[in-house]
Amino acid sequence: MRRNHLKGVLAGAAALAVLTACSTDESGADPGADETSDGASSDSEWFAQADFDQQREQMDATFEGNPDEPWLQYIDGPMTDTSKWKTDKPMKACFANASISNPWRQTGWITMNQQLKVLEDNGVISEMETRDAGDDDNKQIADIDYFISEGNCDAFIISPNSTAALTPAVERACETGKPVVVFDRGVETNCATTFIHPIGGYAWGIATADFLVDNLEEGDKVVALRILPGVDVLETRWGAAKKIFDENGIETVDYFTGANPEKIKSIITDEITKGEVHGIWMDAGDGSVAALEAFEDAGMDYPVITGEDEMSFLRKWEETGLNGLAPVYSNFQWRTPLLALEKIAKGEEIPTEWVLPQEPITEEERDDYLEANNGMPDGHYAKFGGEDLPGYPDVWQERQIP
Amino acid sequence: MSDITAPPPALSKRLGGLTATGIVLIVLVLAVVLGSVLTAVEGRNFFSTGNLRDILAATSVLGFIAIGQTLVILGGSLDLSVPFVASLTGVVAAGIMAGETGNVAPALLAAVGLAAAIGFVNGVVVSLLHVHGFIATLGMGLIISGYIASNYQGNTGSAPRSFRLIGISFIGPIPVSTLIMLGCALLAILLLRRTRTGHHLYAVGGNPEVARLSGVRTSVPIITAHVLCSVLAAFAGLLLLARLSVGNPTIGSQGQYDLMSIAAVVLGGTLLAGGKGNITGTIAGVAIFAVMDNVMAVMEVAPFLRDVVRGAVIVAAVAVYARRSIDRRPARFERPGVLDAALQEAR
Amino acid sequence: MTSTTQTRAVTLPAYSHGIGGRMAASMSTPGGAIFLLAAALLVATIIANPNFGDPGVIIRFLGRTAPIAIAAMGQYYVIVAGEFDLSMAAVIAAQVVIAGNYIGEDTSRNVTGLVLMLLLGAFVGLLNGLATTVLQVPSFIVTLAMMLALTGLVRHLSGGAADAPPNDDFRQMGRGVVKGVPVVEVIPYPLIILAVLCAAAVWLMRRPFGRTLIAVGDSPDAARIAGARVWWVKTQAFILSSLAATVAGVLLVGHAGVHPTVGRGYEFAAITAVVLGGVVLGGGRGWVLSAVAGAFAIELLFTLLTVLDIDATWRDSVRGVIIIVAVAVAARAWTRGRRTGSATPSNSGTSDPSPTTEPVPGTNTGGI
Repeated sequence: MRRNHLKGVLAGAAALAVLTACSTDESGADPGADETSDGASSDSEWFAQADFDQQREQMDATFEGNPDEPWLQYIDGPMTDTSKWKTDKPMKACFANASISNPWRQTGWITMNQQLKVLEDNGVISEMETRDAGDDDNKQIADIDYFISEGNCDAFIISPNSTAALTPAVERACETGKPVVVFDRGVETNCATTFIHPIGGYAWGIATADFLVDNLEEGDKVVALRILPGVDVLETRWGAAKKIFDENGIETVDYFTGANPEKIKSIITDEITKGEVHGIWMDAGDGSVAALEAFEDAGMDYPVITGEDEMSFLRKWEETGLNGLAPVYSNFQWRTPLLALEKIAKGEEIPTEWVLPQEPITEEERDDYLEANNGMPDGHYAKFGGEDLPGYPDVWQERQIP
Repeated sequence: MSDITAPPPALSKRLGGLTATGIVLIVLVLAVVLGSVLTAVEGRNFFSTGNLRDILAATSVLGFIAIGQTLVILGGSLDLSVPFVASLTGVVAAGIMAGETGNVAPALLAAVGLAAAIGFVNGVVVSLLHVHGFIATLGMGLIISGYIASNYQGNTGSAPRSFRLIGISFIGPIPVSTLIMLGCALLAILLLRRTRTGHHLYAVGGNPEVARLSGVRTSVPIITAHVLCSVLAAFAGLLLLARLSVGNPTIGSQGQYDLMSIAAVVLGGTLLAGGKGNITGTIAGVAIFAVMDNVMAVMEVAPFLRDVVRGAVIVAAVAVYARRSIDRRPARFERPGVLDAALQEAR
Repeated sequence: MTSTTQTRAVTLPAYSHGIGGRMAASMSTPGGAIFLLAAALLVATIIANPNFGDPGVIIRFLGRTAPIAIAAMGQYYVIVAGEFDLSMAAVIAAQVVIAGNYIGEDTSRNVTGLVLMLLLGAFVGLLNGLATTVLQVPSFIVTLAMMLALTGLVRHLSGGAADAPPNDDFRQMGRGVVKGVPVVEVIPYPLIILAVLCAAAVWLMRRPFGRTLIAVGDSPDAARIAGARVWWVKTQAFILSSLAATVAGVLLVGHAGVHPTVGRGYEFAAITAVVLGGVVLGGGRGWVLSAVAGAFAIELLFTLLTVLDIDATWRDSVRGVIIIVAVAVAARAWTRGRRTGSATPSNSGTSDPSPTTEPVPGTNTGGI
């Protein structure tokens, strides 16, 4: 029996080897990824001092454009010439989306679709075909390849599921010669026409950690509630914050919660029982209410907390009058890719790296945002930036997923 | 001894001229026909190269895992650790390769060896320590996921171009990866039909006690199945590495390969309790999923609704041949129901 | 644990001892040993940080464990009948959305909302049960499909998440406490609900329904020949499971609030709790309260890892090892129990005509 099994494995390995060899001959026609190993993806640490410094600078930078339309603002820098794509005909946009699996992405997706309606009515975009990868890198690579061969696309919009893995597929999209707009998480190539994103994870970490350091004493304890490991936009938030906490003598302990309020409440309850907790740091605000309720149930004073511009946190913050800050990972960025296509169709130059403003909501501004978003569900994000779009506010209030 | 462990007889037992595998294949054909019609309605061609590539590429990864899952399920066990094995082998191999073609061979050996060791432990825990496969592999999955999370933060390593070709090369519309997967399927079929281990696997899965009393060392086929299942999960992990070009520590969980592979196996006509089923059905089951996902994506069905369709199709399809197996039960153990009486009348 | 088995092997009948002896005897079975494991974990937690020894802390801990314990109880009915229920988390998520979107701020809808949720729970259980028994689709697949379909449907209709948590009155069920209790200060409502459900479960399992359920799980054919309506008994088990998930959802929405992730992982956690409680996958063996103790043990393990400051990333690994080891030990204990022919827990002691002499992987013959 043992022998048979071994034979099977050996035969499998042999077949694998043969087939692998054969593929090398056949694949000449396939362009594939021409970039060889640059090793750029190999750093396993989530902290790069240069990026940290750059984003700290960008937090104080001046943004070009109208502050009432932050989704069109950008930091002055290299621009991409788009005159070769200038057209009067409506373009077909192909959108490879990572997923709509969390409230932040759902809110953005709704906003994007309302923006799409405007541009369809204006005759800029004929239609947008969307493929949703369901948080799966492999699926998104297939989605992009499908668009390239079958989509009949005039332009690509890609919201990558992860940075390094999607790079070859984005490069293949670039090779078609059509405009490629990448937003939210980035890729390790600058072939895209524009890469749209808020300042970034370090900026989040800096804003939140600075706030907590200012409001806490040296030696105080902060519990960090993180969603999941291994996602760059989340890891860099913690990487920056941890560095600042360490430098200022703030004690920290971090947990992965999956944003599950039950888990969050248990963790906080146990931490309170273990010893005093002075601050709560979150890499995303959903679940902050559960963390605060753990303090209520234990009969303790509220900690200093950084949440997010998610409505449930803003409401709880106002209700309780605690000391907090709502960092923002600008949800309005979901409008920008389509507006970038509009500019491309007009042949206007657009920023090669389109850095959008990313400003936390402070206590002074909070009530304005609460009022502006009155009636929105808890999972809505205050800086969603869709107030001037058709369907406002019903579409967001009813949270109709297109 | 080999007399009692005959090759898969149950499914070739004809009933109304159709085997369970036959029904699965018919369902697949129906799915393709329906898919091509719906695709045409959207103004697309189902049989275009790009579309076929999309479907076939989707079958490869799940296919590898489902073949392994079939072996384990035939033996009466389960493997919920496959997504983590795929992730682990991917990051380990990516780390060893580090972008150098010369490192591909050691990376493959390390990945397959590691997977085999994990499968061996699974098999031993299931067959010798008598822990149900569900719990043993759930626990193993947790152990591996903790190891990955502690040692790999984010994407790691990189695959050289020579290795990436596996993921991006095609012969006509057929991805090379799909051919490799089908090759593995063929080997698994040979294992089940032509080797003693394969026959014993059916016997142990069908009734471990009878198999044991008949002189089969029940642990050997179970351990073999688990080792092969993990190795096939490693192949899936390596293919994913070739497609992604970097090792992604969560790639296995992203595809939900644990539950979807089990669903594909059962969709393919294999009994979840073990002892009956075959690889051909499993491949058809995987293909049905791939066609379904492809068509829903072409039709731009809202992402959340796709899961509703998947759920409904799984139950409906499995119900079709699960119902048939009832009729196969010896009549004397069944109180004749109304339906049975009607069937008797009809005959 | 093993030594007691040795001595028991000499003195045969279970009833030859006093109550204390019988308790000691049942502690040597997997279903009993889980209580020892839970106690050991509690002691370890208290030693690691004496703050956890405070009665008020312990009682609150028990309160927050109620949802998973109730889910484990529901899962117990299904598993002891030889089936699986993977749809629990989806049911919880659906109930949370109903609580948030239908009840919401409107206190007058609290009762109708609760009734609606229970009806939906029962309906999901009925569908699971009928698909498993009448359509003869394996329950693993039925409930997996139910999980996909229900989650997808609820998310599509609600736009991914509930709008807001239900009103505070409704949330009291999961969050409220009885105040002014001596020693323990408070008694959380969820703990009272759990206690009532435990009592009901023990009663139910002693009724003919409970006996039949175990018989069906042990050998569906034998139970059928004996005249049991197997399909209906199993379907009832699924209904109980979905109702348990519904109650867990009601408590969770009170305890934790609304979020799409509420209840995530409950199906696997509940199955693990049941199996840790010595209930055999494949059916026919195990005590319902052992499943509850299994849930406590799992939650205590989480807390112990927090108290010991185990690295966040390594926690999964520790859990995995402990689950495998605990179940492997339990499997050995069952084997020994079988060989000496006595050591089954008093409550699950059926005169089972099981054809096998030891629990073997893949005895799940139910519904296939």
